[in-house]
Amino acid sequence: MTKMTMVGALNAALRDAMVEDPRVVVFGEDVGPLGGVFRVTDGLTAEFGEDRCFDTPLAESGIVGMAIGMAMNGMRPVVEMQFDAFAYPAFEQVASHLAKIGNRTHGKVRLPVVVRIPYGGGIGGVEHHCDSSEAYYAHTPGLTVVTPATNEDAYGLLRAAIAGSDPVIFFEPKKQYFTKEEVDVTADVPPIGRAVVRREGTDATLIAYGPAVPVALAAAEQAQREGRSLAVVDVRSIVPFDDATVTAAVRATGRAVVVAEAQGFASVASEIVARVTEQCFHHLAAPVRRVTGFDIPFPPPKLERHHLPSVNRILDTVDELQWDES
Amino acid sequence: MSSSLESVLDTVRLIDPDGSPVPPDRYPSDRYAIPADADLVARYRSMVLGRRINDQASALTRQGRLAVYPSSHGQEACQVAAAAALRPGDWLFPTYRDTVAVMERGVDPVEILTWLKGDRHCAYDPLEHHVAPQTTPLATQLLHAVGVAHAGRLQGQDVVAMALCGDGATSEGDFHEALNFAAVFRAPVVFLVQNNKYAISVPLSRQTAAPSLAHKGVGYGVPAVLVDGNDVAALDAVLREAVAHAAAGGRPVLVEADTYRVQAHTNADDPTRYRTEAEVEEWRPRDPIARLRTYLRARGALDDAQEATITAEAEALAATVRDGVSHGPAPDPDDLFEHVFSAMTPQLRAQRDLLREELVAEGADR
Ligand SMILES: Cc1ncc(C[n+]2csc(CCOP(=O)(O)OP(=O)(O)O)c2C)c(N)n1
Ligand SMILES: [Mg+2]
Repeated sequence: MTKMTMVGALNAALRDAMVEDPRVVVFGEDVGPLGGVFRVTDGLTAEFGEDRCFDTPLAESGIVGMAIGMAMNGMRPVVEMQFDAFAYPAFEQVASHLAKIGNRTHGKVRLPVVVRIPYGGGIGGVEHHCDSSEAYYAHTPGLTVVTPATNEDAYGLLRAAIAGSDPVIFFEPKKQYFTKEEVDVTADVPPIGRAVVRREGTDATLIAYGPAVPVALAAAEQAQREGRSLAVVDVRSIVPFDDATVTAAVRATGRAVVVAEAQGFASVASEIVARVTEQCFHHLAAPVRRVTGFDIPFPPPKLERHHLPSVNRILDTVDELQWDES
Repeated sequence: MSSSLESVLDTVRLIDPDGSPVPPDRYPSDRYAIPADADLVARYRSMVLGRRINDQASALTRQGRLAVYPSSHGQEACQVAAAAALRPGDWLFPTYRDTVAVMERGVDPVEILTWLKGDRHCAYDPLEHHVAPQTTPLATQLLHAVGVAHAGRLQGQDVVAMALCGDGATSEGDFHEALNFAAVFRAPVVFLVQNNKYAISVPLSRQTAAPSLAHKGVGYGVPAVLVDGNDVAALDAVLREAVAHAAAGGRPVLVEADTYRVQAHTNADDPTRYRTEAEVEEWRPRDPIARLRTYLRARGALDDAQEATITAEAEALAATVRDGVSHGPAPDPDDLFEHVFSAMTPQLRAQRDLLREELVAEGADR
């Protein structure tokens, strides 16, 4: 066990993967000598040389497109999109090729590419630096979409993403980048596709991922003090989605609230509500609710706290789960 | 091969449209030697076969056997020279229009046409042939070519990527990103733009105000060569030099081939809505196959017997393609779910099972 930040855990995962497998290369904007604007790639160029960790021209489509070609020729690129909203220029490469070439070629060409995207708000960022864009990717068949909520998962999931044979969109909750936690880098790498119960509870189940997990845990803590026992499930892997773990946790309590930062309309949260409702209908004592961002463009820094899911908004929603009627 | 290949922004041509050789001292053709007769006879054969497949595939669309076919009829010189310039192990990155180039790389034409038949997206194995899937989203494949070439350089491979695109595709951002990345990373890529003057209905004048598409290389520090795209001898010389240059110095080259799309964009297009027949007529005498034939016949390098053999080969190939496209097993619905991920997710397995049940019920209904 070592205490490290999420940035440190991600950095360790990249370094360990690069040591283990010479096919792993890291590139993007400012990831070379600077070490990335968040320092996730700190020291990698110095340690592994320019050929293994390098800066590219400023062009996101170029970065992902080149990564696809490098993967076609046997390498395992891990590319960084500097911020969520700056990944949009690469979307054609992601949606039309990264996601589809394995399918297009009947599995003959596999693309082990990891696209790292720092995402979400809560850092006082100005416009274009706080988007939660996971739904676009989750909606695209062929992409594995994961997001760690703990530093240990940041390490383990990134290792798993790099070691796998499919393209992975790796969403990093940048609000948690500099939070220190105990990390066991020797722990078993969690298989992608598994959710985890972060907190047991008996009255209702909160389902969250990425930056919403700590908020959900804080809400559960607060609820405990108020006499209500809330379970918290960390989705971790948006695609593939772990229906089994999530629905078991909902059946156990009969009530559920999905918590996510992204705007709620046509969102991952909506998908989770639909799945839980379809699979747990007869176990539910109340409709499954969502606490998400509003359906607005990400707000300016001084207003973002109104937009992001908060402990109070979660607890208010839990209060509305038709407790009197059961 | 020097790594300081000079740009040539005047058209390189080695055989004039009437089939006579260009005087060897005329700039810029003086920089290139005309290929040997044996090579040109081989190109001639490939072009005749390619044209036959182009026309056969177009006919198959009229019979409803292919959903659509973007023909390279009239552009066979570019198609054949692009593939022939590559060494074993080099990569080709083709577009939807480049069936003949893929065929020239050794891929079975029936396999190539499977995507247009509607059975599966890409039937050939890209890794076996070092031919990427034919790409439809314009210019996107150029970046994959840069990636393959860059990875080749990092892994110590002697590999060049030949990346094809059209004139319209040069307006896409990925074209510019690819040229720039290739230049910055010294990736051994040969970009071949087949300037056939149209992007569906939109003429070249709406794509660019530059004096030529080759000029676009200048801004990226990529040497560029403009070549007569209906002269396979010139294409052969220019593209071989480009491949050798890329291989030796690990640097990209841009080649613009000046050609023309004499037929419709695809069988679904109606070119009378945007261009005159008179314009098309101007290009007919510049046909690449007739030009090379005149040249070879005049030199006594191609006789009736050889021509008869080539024609018979072309007919046999067309028959094979007709047969292969018209028959063969129906695609398996299980395929829909099989390769979305390397391991099927539980959700996809459930969806596959649902479809299987539906199909069983459908069978029972009949
Ligand atoms: C990104 C993208 N936009 C639009 C299209 C639709 N489209 C298919 S072919 C074509 C014209 C392309 O022209 P050009 O690059 O000159 O190639 P040509 O078809 O003439 O060989 C268009 C607009 C596409 N395939 N991809
Ligand atoms: Mg064109």
